[in-house]
Amino acid sequence: MSKRLLVGVFESEDDTLAAIRASRQRGFKVVDVYAPYAVHGVEEAMGLSPSRLPWVVFALGVLGGGLKVWFEFWTTAVDWPLNVGGKPFNSLPAFVPVTFEVMVLFAAVGAVLSFFFVCGLYPAKRTVLPVAGVTDNRFAVVLEETDSTFEPAEVQKMFENFHAVHVEEQITGEAA
Amino acid sequence: MAEAAIALRPPLIEGDKSIAQVTHDVCAPMEARPTALWWVALLISSSFLLLGAAAIAYQISVGVGTWGLNRTIGWAFDITNFVFWIGIGHAGTLISAILFLFRQRWRTSVNRAAEAMTIFAVMCAGIFPVIHTGRPWFAYWMFPYPNTRGSLWINFRSPLVWDFFAISTYFTVSAMFWFIGMLPDLATIRDRATAKWRRKLAGLFSLGWNGSYRAWQRYEVVYLMLAGLGTPLVISVHTIVSWDFATAVLPGWHATIFPPYFVAGAIFSGMAMVLTLMIIARKLMRLEDYITIRHIDRMCKLVITTSAIVGLSYGTEFFTALYSGSSYEQFVFLNRALGPLFWGYWTMVGCNVVVPQLLWFRRVRAYVPAVFAICILVNVGMWFERFIIIVTSLSRDFIPANWFHYAPTRVEVATLLGSFGLFFTLFLLFCRFIPVIAVAEVKGVLKYGKPPRESAHE
Repeated sequence: MSKRLLVGVFESEDDTLAAIRASRQRGFKVVDVYAPYAVHGVEEAMGLSPSRLPWVVFALGVLGGGLKVWFEFWTTAVDWPLNVGGKPFNSLPAFVPVTFEVMVLFAAVGAVLSFFFVCGLYPAKRTVLPVAGVTDNRFAVVLEETDSTFEPAEVQKMFENFHAVHVEEQITGEAA
Repeated sequence: MAEAAIALRPPLIEGDKSIAQVTHDVCAPMEARPTALWWVALLISSSFLLLGAAAIAYQISVGVGTWGLNRTIGWAFDITNFVFWIGIGHAGTLISAILFLFRQRWRTSVNRAAEAMTIFAVMCAGIFPVIHTGRPWFAYWMFPYPNTRGSLWINFRSPLVWDFFAISTYFTVSAMFWFIGMLPDLATIRDRATAKWRRKLAGLFSLGWNGSYRAWQRYEVVYLMLAGLGTPLVISVHTIVSWDFATAVLPGWHATIFPPYFVAGAIFSGMAMVLTLMIIARKLMRLEDYITIRHIDRMCKLVITTSAIVGLSYGTEFFTALYSGSSYEQFVFLNRALGPLFWGYWTMVGCNVVVPQLLWFRRVRAYVPAVFAICILVNVGMWFERFIIIVTSLSRDFIPANWFHYAPTRVEVATLLGSFGLFFTLFLLFCRFIPVIAVAEVKGVLKYGKPPRESAHE
């Protein structure tokens, strides 16, 4: 299904933030916002729900740490017990450092991989930019023209009130 | 009001840059032809790298007998270099993770290069234990994997195994942190590249990043998570390195002060190395507006703080030896200060405790050549610290009949020089192919210290 999108291009973060807030106030659907850097406050303005990645990281950290404790216990006390300097086979305190490292490793690698997964980022992916310059010095606010009450000319005027440098309509096969 | 705000919080970036100018200033030197100075620097550092490679090839083919080790001193130059390089790396993580958690936004100008330094330093450090195994082709035996040697597992009680896990985790996490931070900048390079190979290569690694805020939101979360994980990680790494010594019963090593002492020393030496590199990079890549005197000033303050902790640790060690009543412990410390390696001990104290006191003066902190010289001396001093700790304790332990001297051979010195060659070669290549400054992060702090713009609307 094709979608009609209206893209407003801005030069500063203040204008972008104001434009997002105004659009949402008027009930327009903000599909996405593009920015060359992480602008403080955009997620609140867009109404994005907080990311659930911290829970994934926490779960993976617990999993990694837990697996490692079990593995160290199994290798040194069950599978091939070896007397090292008369220490007990199950030397739990001595297992702490490696357990900690493996916990961090699981949590960190998991955080990065799940970030790539949820954002759909992968090597050599074909890049789709809404307009040129969003990785340099332009900010773009993309609205969806949901129904016939959406007046592109009126919205364009609103964007221009916020010093939009350029406003264009785009038709896409899928969400941008 | 606005003037007062500026006086209290001067802008982080000088020259009143626009967003596009930041992109240009950082990317343009990479896109231009390298300067003659860069070629000369690369030639020198890669010559050292070649020397080191030849030395390593020689000692692997002949054996560890090419080193100056003996039955009394089984650990010396290689482990000194290992601890030295690992320590260098720690300042990069301090800047990238700890200062991020403390919301020190001035870090944006230096974090990319500092993280690069971390990764290269850990690479240099990794060389030494691997060649010290004598048979580096069996280095994979460190992995706990099911094997045909009677399913013999590695000894998880050994600090050397802890070290292996700590260093490999540290390297992996630092490399990921660096890459994640670089992702938006790689996209910037891709979108402004004119050369086809550059666009292709940046396109491959930028993973299709397009600045969508849905990705930015998660990016910020992942960055925070990695910083939160990196902070205890970096402290654990040098703690574990210090346990390589502290879990031995040797006087001078067997001390509970070792973990904080080593972590502070690591950050001290690393901060000095960051400053050394930054002073070179800002000149070489013309980034004086981004890495300003104020950045250097703040890093100098970190140097003097950690210098004070290190100095206190030196004193505490003597006090503990005295107070312990152990004659072996007392002898080791007297031997360090007055024994055959007294010159190394006093070089260490001079470079690490006395010289950094100059940084109390604002005028010294603002004079770049002086800061550069002090940082070089700190690095010399910190190298000697590890050498003194390792060699003096081993060379004169409990039984005088065991006492022996140690002197490095030419092969060992060549390996050390080679590690410096590797480090600087990698750093110079980094300066050419990767934006030295975190472009996307610097854009976020451009407004810092500027009066808020009057809005026409609202």
